[in-house]
Amino acid sequence: MSRPAISLDACGLAAAYGAGQGSAEANVREALTRIDALEPSLGAFATLERERALELAAGLDRDRAAGVPMGPLAGVPMALKANMCWKGVEAHCGSRVLAGYKPPYTATFVQRLLDAGAIPVGMTHMDEFAMGSSGENSAYGVPRNPWDTRRTPGGSSSGSAASVASGMVTIALGSDTGGSVRQPAAFCGIAGFKPTYGRVSRYGLVAFGSSLDQVSPFARSVRDIERVMQVISGVDHADSTSAQLPALEPEFSESGVRGLRIGIPREYFPAALNGDVRARLEEAKRKWVELGATLVDVELPHTEHAIPTYYVVATAEASSNLARYDGIRYGPRVEGDGSLQSMFAATRAAGFGPEVKRRILLGTYVLSSGYYDAWYNRALRVRRLLRQDFDLAFQKVDLIIGPTAPTPAFLLGEKASDPVAMYLSDVMTAPVSLAGIPALSIPCGFVEEAGVQLPIGMQVIGPALADARVLHAGRVFEAATEHHLRRPPEGQPKAAGTNPGVRA
Amino acid sequence: MSTTNSEIGYVSPKTQVRWIPVIGLEVHCQLKTWTKLFCGCRNEFGATPNSRTCPVCTAQPGALPVLNREALELALRTALALGASVAPTSKFDRKNYFYCDLPKGYQISQFDQPYCTGGGITLESGKRVRLTRIHLEEDAGKAIHDRGDTTLVDLNRAGVPLIESVSEADMQTSQEAFEYLTALKEILQYVGASDCDMEKGSLRCDVNISVRPEGEPWRTKVELKNLNSFRNVQASIEFEIRRQVEAYESGDPAQFPVQETRLFDAEKGVTRSMRRKEDAHDYRYFPEPDLPPITVSAERLDRLRSALPELPTARRARYQKDFGLSAYDAGVLTADRALSEFFETVARLSKLPKEASNWISNELLRNLNDPLLPIRSIDELPFRPHDMSLLLGMLDKGEISGQAGRKVLRAMFETGKSPKDLVASLGLEQVNDSAALDDWCREALVGKDKIIADVRAGKTKAVGALVGPVMKASKGSANPQVVQEILLRLIAEMPS
Repeated sequence: MSRPAISLDACGLAAAYGAGQGSAEANVREALTRIDALEPSLGAFATLERERALELAAGLDRDRAAGVPMGPLAGVPMALKANMCWKGVEAHCGSRVLAGYKPPYTATFVQRLLDAGAIPVGMTHMDEFAMGSSGENSAYGVPRNPWDTRRTPGGSSSGSAASVASGMVTIALGSDTGGSVRQPAAFCGIAGFKPTYGRVSRYGLVAFGSSLDQVSPFARSVRDIERVMQVISGVDHADSTSAQLPALEPEFSESGVRGLRIGIPREYFPAALNGDVRARLEEAKRKWVELGATLVDVELPHTEHAIPTYYVVATAEASSNLARYDGIRYGPRVEGDGSLQSMFAATRAAGFGPEVKRRILLGTYVLSSGYYDAWYNRALRVRRLLRQDFDLAFQKVDLIIGPTAPTPAFLLGEKASDPVAMYLSDVMTAPVSLAGIPALSIPCGFVEEAGVQLPIGMQVIGPALADARVLHAGRVFEAATEHHLRRPPEGQPKAAGTNPGVRA
Repeated sequence: MSTTNSEIGYVSPKTQVRWIPVIGLEVHCQLKTWTKLFCGCRNEFGATPNSRTCPVCTAQPGALPVLNREALELALRTALALGASVAPTSKFDRKNYFYCDLPKGYQISQFDQPYCTGGGITLESGKRVRLTRIHLEEDAGKAIHDRGDTTLVDLNRAGVPLIESVSEADMQTSQEAFEYLTALKEILQYVGASDCDMEKGSLRCDVNISVRPEGEPWRTKVELKNLNSFRNVQASIEFEIRRQVEAYESGDPAQFPVQETRLFDAEKGVTRSMRRKEDAHDYRYFPEPDLPPITVSAERLDRLRSALPELPTARRARYQKDFGLSAYDAGVLTADRALSEFFETVARLSKLPKEASNWISNELLRNLNDPLLPIRSIDELPFRPHDMSLLLGMLDKGEISGQAGRKVLRAMFETGKSPKDLVASLGLEQVNDSAALDDWCREALVGKDKIIADVRAGKTKAVGALVGPVMKASKGSANPQVVQEILLRLIAEMPS
């Protein structure tokens, strides 16, 4: 009997499959079995597409038997976030306003994955329209952190992170607008990578903040991240902001990270930083030095303005992006008093949750005539300063590291009633998004809290287009450490009762 | 300019005060592209509702716009033809508002950096109407309200490319507005940018208008909408001038015009308030993050400029100079680019430019406008310019009469056959010398003693009354000149 697919990463699984071992159908069945076993305690999936997945697997198995060359992700079970378009599969974005919405088309990046032989088994839960950092802003269900089911897996790509960390699937896609993949990757002890803006087509990713959104993969190894990136990257004629960027070939494979200058920004290690997070990052710094890199202090002086800037830019774009949910063409409609305007108002009042409404209001306000210059325009100027911070820092260093999030995974319900506290968990990821540059989160250690082990994530940030450098450094670090090999405990108690934070 | 300031404006019948109207026009024009502005759907009028739609133009979640290069090309040609200056870099913005025909909840338009500014149109009088700007944007869908209780939405039009040309408030009469629109339409058609068919909505016009007493500064302007013909544009302007002047002359500030949008009611010929300024939308414009800026290189502009067709004004001047046509005839022939090209080909082939001008601007257009014939435009003609030149040649050589020529042309419209064949099959060869002619003339003289006497008394013109009956007897094939000569000869030969 062959090894269970769960013990392999995507590269290993695809290689074995391509070499004629096992079957895609067996891989999918194994994933579905694990999902059935773990879903009751983790609640990661919004929809499971068992039949589609098995059909895809059977097709792949037939192709392989017929001698058709197999793609780089052939036979790999994976998960998609519920804001990704896969023709005919419900993509409700965690929102009632899109209840039952099945896109009539398939996203470019989903098609590229399918063409590479990857097999999506379902769509994962998320904060409504990706607005949140804990998964609690969902109209449907709140995933749990596999390391401690009382805690959040992070957000907004909550279910995708939980599904990979728990081994339900080998890889998953999330979307990262201000940290929505990196932060859950950190909270779940896996790798999550936000590419340079434009590297992956957004066609078919439901928009939140268009100038920030990037499709971003989760995996349990950096080489899997690289593999997924090779599949989904590249210019797409359907997305004018996508670009043919330099290939993802490693820049310095021979020498590891020897001689690399790694920037340590003071601003990412503030006095208030969680002590455990600081301690793990200190260990990681020593590891980089051990591996031959040089640490250099750098400054990112505008960091403190990143969160307000992010919440102006992202909400402005969101207020416009979410205008299409008007009940006319799709989604549930609420009639109102018979007039068009009241139908719009009633549909949107019933369809959107409180966090989405808060952000639409904020975004509408900052774009309003008379406030535009003071808010939106000023935010664009600060955004340029944030970009300039990174440009200047990258004149001195090759990469920058810091914590991905200021704390380990927090308890569900802990911040649900305090939006600003929730926003601050993006403090080290949002600046990177505003600058449009690549960043990887990988596990750099664990802390024990109340008897459970919680992973800590390290962010590796590179200059624009240097995605390959970031990933390669991550791989070198990973090879020298064992954090990424640890798996969450299994057989945790099934989550009891209603999930905290779930709206009725 | 022939008009002086003392001649323009509107003199109040009540107070004899001269009021000067201040008029600017905003013209939306659909570009004649194969596909829509931001997706691959066909840009096509009259298709089954919602059959020309896709994820992009129905605003499915996750769909993104991609600029149609052909649309930009047509927009640039228009800008160059109007003498506007094209911005090396411009951008798209989102104009946010909710309506059932606006799928995304925003229109992709251009706000503070339009793709071109300046340029203008010179009217017949020599007066220059300046353009403020032209910008590129997408059309909305169509909401259909007259089907019972429900409103239906057709998104075939959603995403059709539009250019909006905004003029300076340089016009002062409804006639100037009409001339400006006519000239703008001609140019748009000449450069192939648009059909400019107001009935199909491919050209739409809004008017901004205020009035001021001569010598005083500008006053509150009013926007007029729902103008679906050039005549309605004129009528609405004329009504609005009177309405505003009367409002001011009432002396009651509560009656004075306010900044508002008014709809024109073509049946009653009046304008009615639609919304006040305080109800105006805050469109919350901001840069469209889904589209990169538009960049246009100088080389590209040069290439486009050199490919521009001769424009109507230049063409009219050339027709007058080269062909000796009147300004009026040159104007008729150049009003439509296809018509003028048909004319030029006929003139060149026949070497009879004046005759070509006469026959095309009179007879050909008469047939084109005849509701009994299915042919509506030059492009639909079932015959070629070559056939038309053959017809002119036969007329010139006297092989057929003018009357016969008109019959042949009609038959060409109906059958598409060559004029030579038609002349033969209809028996319309002009009879110049035959026994038949003599016989018809003799018959015509029977019992016409009075005319015969008059001719003998030296009033040879009296014979003209007999030419008609002979032509009739010959079914138009006789040469009237020859008939006249025969009649005179026969009278002279008669025994007195």
